[in-house]
Amino acid sequence: MPKRVGMEVSIAVAETVGLCNADVVAAYPITPQTHIVEHLAEMVAEGELDAEFIPVESEHSAMSACLGSAAAGARTFTATAGQGLELMHEVLYVASSMRLPIVMAVANRALSGPLSVWGDQSDVMAVRDTGWIQIFVENGQEAIDNTICAFRIAENKNVLLPVMVHIDGFYLTHMIEPMLLPDRADVDKYLPPNNYPLPLWPEKPVAMGDFAPPVLYSEAKKAQEENFAASKQYILGAWAEFSKQFGRQYRPVECYNCENASTFLFTIGCFSETAMTAIDELKKQGRNIGLVRIRLWRPFPYAELREALKGAETLIVLDRSISIGMGGPTCSEIKAALYGQPQQPKIVDYIGGIGGRDITPEGFIEIINKGIAAARDGRHPEYEFYGVRG
Amino acid sequence: MAKSESEITWRDLNIGTIVTEPGSSVDYRTGSWRSQRPVLDSSKCIRCGMCYIFCPEGCIKLDEKDQFFKADLYHCKGCGICAKECPAKAITMAEEEE
Repeated sequence: MPKRVGMEVSIAVAETVGLCNADVVAAYPITPQTHIVEHLAEMVAEGELDAEFIPVESEHSAMSACLGSAAAGARTFTATAGQGLELMHEVLYVASSMRLPIVMAVANRALSGPLSVWGDQSDVMAVRDTGWIQIFVENGQEAIDNTICAFRIAENKNVLLPVMVHIDGFYLTHMIEPMLLPDRADVDKYLPPNNYPLPLWPEKPVAMGDFAPPVLYSEAKKAQEENFAASKQYILGAWAEFSKQFGRQYRPVECYNCENASTFLFTIGCFSETAMTAIDELKKQGRNIGLVRIRLWRPFPYAELREALKGAETLIVLDRSISIGMGGPTCSEIKAALYGQPQQPKIVDYIGGIGGRDITPEGFIEIINKGIAAARDGRHPEYEFYGVRG
Repeated sequence: MAKSESEITWRDLNIGTIVTEPGSSVDYRTGSWRSQRPVLDSSKCIRCGMCYIFCPEGCIKLDEKDQFFKADLYHCKGCGICAKECPAKAITMAEEEE
């Protein structure tokens, strides 16, 4: 039987990594991820989790230690946020191109400067192209569930890729929520032992991370892309199996109140729950607004997104980060996905909720109203800031 | 390796381009990088083995027949360290002409 708990989401994520029997945790503490690794260190020190906790000197080293650990066939976990994710940056590409199953929780945080430890999704957007499978969660239960799913996806012999689970920093990591913590036996049943096919093993030597001359690099990248695209069916499979066993279903694109709506709001991450409150409020007033969210950020869910936005006349996007000089990263990807589709909505992009600036349900109603007016007038810029003074 | 590098397709690669054949790096002809080649004057050579010790590629070996240290030109990158370190000045670097 699952245990109903009321705990901080970070602690629940650490407990879940324990339920998944991670063999190695290599991590460096950084706000707002700290409670995840602090609790894991405590679990290892107290003998509750039989794992190696490697207290490395930086995130670059954390990810490098994870490479070695995953290459040896150990179930490997790490967590980071913001600047820490940036310091890992070059090693992220190595993990994915070497096909190493590592699970990483990212407590999404703004990037300096100005220095900000608070939440937004700038760190995610800077690692879009690193070849990691990336999943967004919106509440504590989803963080628990998708941490379990992440190990299953990463270690699937047809996948063998690292997976990031994005958990909004502070807004979600530091919330105390009621959650169902699954039973260890159920997790064991869902998550088979890690069996990396070509591990570092003296009796059968292998060389990893080798040099590829021009005659081989393109073939290596093509193989990586083919494998990454093919991973989607196994991600869907892992979620389907999870649903069968635990009764909670996850999809690449999630919809709320989308039936019969022609105006849609788009969000990613835990702000979506606030947006739902706004949509419920508008529904009471007789206004029907749909909410579309991406859960599976990579591989990008082209087909599901197009399906979800079929029939949309107006799409209002909230981007919780900015690509300076270009606009909202998620909006640009949505526009790219919709290019060439027979019916395209008018799209209005707002940059808001960055660096720890909250958006309330009233704020979302304001964004929706502004977006509808801008789309109707047709005089909106490519993107604009929401909620900035002056 | 069954296929030559230029015949390998993306489907032939191991996961993560892992190399499963130990010591296969000896197949890689680093000698093609060379612009200068070490030339040994055996009349000056004192067979001290300093070139063998200093060679960063480990490509200088003792010739069992005549007991001289000689560079394996399949792997020698032509760095010239052997010529620089030779106490008898028995090694000179000659331009590769192609």
